[in-house]
Amino acid sequence: MYAWIFRTLPGPLWFRIIVALALVAGVVLLLMNYVFPWLSQYSPWTESTIGLMLL
Amino acid sequence: MTRSAVRARTRPTVGQRLLGGFGEILITLGIILLLFVGWELWWTNIDADRAQTQVTSEFVQGLQVGPGDGSSAPEKDFGPAPITAIPDGETFGVFYIPRFGSNFAHPVTNGVGMDVLNNVGIGHYPETQEPGELGNFAVAAHRQTHGQVFWNIDKFQAGDKIYLQTRKGFYTYEWRDTEIVHPSQGEVLLPVPHEPGAKPTTSMLTMTSCHPPFTTRMRIIAYAELESWRPADAGPPAEIADLVKKTMEK
Repeated sequence: MYAWIFRTLPGPLWFRIIVALALVAGVVLLLMNYVFPWLSQYSPWTESTIGLMLL
Repeated sequence: MTRSAVRARTRPTVGQRLLGGFGEILITLGIILLLFVGWELWWTNIDADRAQTQVTSEFVQGLQVGPGDGSSAPEKDFGPAPITAIPDGETFGVFYIPRFGSNFAHPVTNGVGMDVLNNVGIGHYPETQEPGELGNFAVAAHRQTHGQVFWNIDKFQAGDKIYLQTRKGFYTYEWRDTEIVHPSQGEVLLPVPHEPGAKPTTSMLTMTSCHPPFTTRMRIIAYAELESWRPADAGPPAEIADLVKKTMEK
């Protein structure tokens, strides 16, 4: 898959390396800004409140 | 070696290619999972610290505070503490907790939803009492991730003070004890913890967070009692005078 993507990128080698790095950076940004905040609600580390009974 | 044998070695079969692609997907998922752990445990702290510093300085901008005497002489008695009314969903105070770090200044906001705890740190359980009121003023914050505000909640020692600055002035609480309970034990938030129906005679502060760190199996509860109070124009207590000054200049 990754080999195929790299082969498919246009241009000389140095250009393809830069494009590949930019693609990786884009994916990481996408993950950090949208995917991880959503995933975070299922994370086992973020609960610190206590169950409230009717006071 | 025949020509077809060379071809077979250099050009993978459909099965091999599928298997290779599947392996790549697994490796990718593994890396994404590691990235998520890094994001959650590390990056959210950076994000939250920035947001909370911002909220703190916005809140203290609007406050008037006297110079304080800066002396270590016995503090003057300003009588019973007034109640700070807590408006819905608003930041109403700043906590200074020397045991959590000499620069610990974090805002406290009404509500304990994830929107509050993830972004502005400490949240006040709206069903519980207000600062200065007889009963239990209870707050929650994350033990880790999103600023890990209460990371050191298990480190309190006898005599430790917890300071709360509001529009009205400075409330000084003294740590009393800490207990570990199940997440369902909401009775720690009662006006008198564990005693339904009992009439409160003191003003308490209850801090809750998760325990042990990196799990949500139990909750750690730290109790403190209101010890004294200073009106805003009398200035901050000597122990946090420098920190308050620094926070208000930011």
